[in-house]
Amino acid sequence: MADSIFGIHEKALQIRTLRGEVLASNLANADTPNFKARDVDFRQALQQESDRFSSQSLQMSKTSGQHLGGESLLSTSDFLKYRMPTQPSLDGNTVEEHVEKAQFMENAMQHQATLEFINSKISGIRGALKGE
Amino acid sequence: MSLFKVLDISATGMHAQTVRLNTVASNMANVDSVSSNAEDTYRSKQPVFQTILEDSINQPASGVRVKEIVENQAPLKMEYNPNHPMANDEGYIYRPNVNIVEEMANMMSASRSYETNIEVMNTSKQLLLRTIQLGQ
Repeated sequence: MADSIFGIHEKALQIRTLRGEVLASNLANADTPNFKARDVDFRQALQQESDRFSSQSLQMSKTSGQHLGGESLLSTSDFLKYRMPTQPSLDGNTVEEHVEKAQFMENAMQHQATLEFINSKISGIRGALKGE
Repeated sequence: MSLFKVLDISATGMHAQTVRLNTVASNMANVDSVSSNAEDTYRSKQPVFQTILEDSINQPASGVRVKEIVENQAPLKMEYNPNHPMANDEGYIYRPNVNIVEEMANMMSASRSYETNIEVMNTSKQLLLRTIQLGQ
């Protein structure tokens, strides 16, 4: 039900949150030797998520009408990728703070935009319910 | 809500950088602690960072922790100073192998990283607040 109300934005919000988490961990590990920076391929992740929910073959089959629909968590294996550093460092760390910071800020802005979309959806529905 | 996890991750980063700042402070404070033999002389301490690997392999994001604090094995500075009260029988004193320039650079790097983690926390906090305010 919630799926049909918020559409793609619910998935987008989940992936943005995950991406924020990954980028925060890159920044926290900026001084860890041999740490490899990672990032979420947003386009691929969203594609995978929406495919998963649109195709019936991947849905869990219910043996009783009273069963709840199963909803699995994001599987991150495919769209979590390693960042290619522009300037390699001696200790094997591939975090470039300026890049990660910029990506984190960008992700935060997009996160806010997604929240804004959901918000206007809610007020739209609320308006419809009130009959205004 | 895994935005709370961002706060945890940044907190581990801040903690690790605090330890690093502490070792810098200790190194700087002991830069002039001389002694009469090599064993008793202060050696520069350096923290070694390590990613916290969670038990689950599917965990994409992880924090950082201080694995250990190692003592710098670089040779100590021997100085011929027979008039020094700490001088040994041959007239030498030992000075710590603390490199002030290195420590300054370390301190700046640590404080910048600390700031970065605070910024990440602040941004995440704003996003969380906006999420809470959805539909209001």
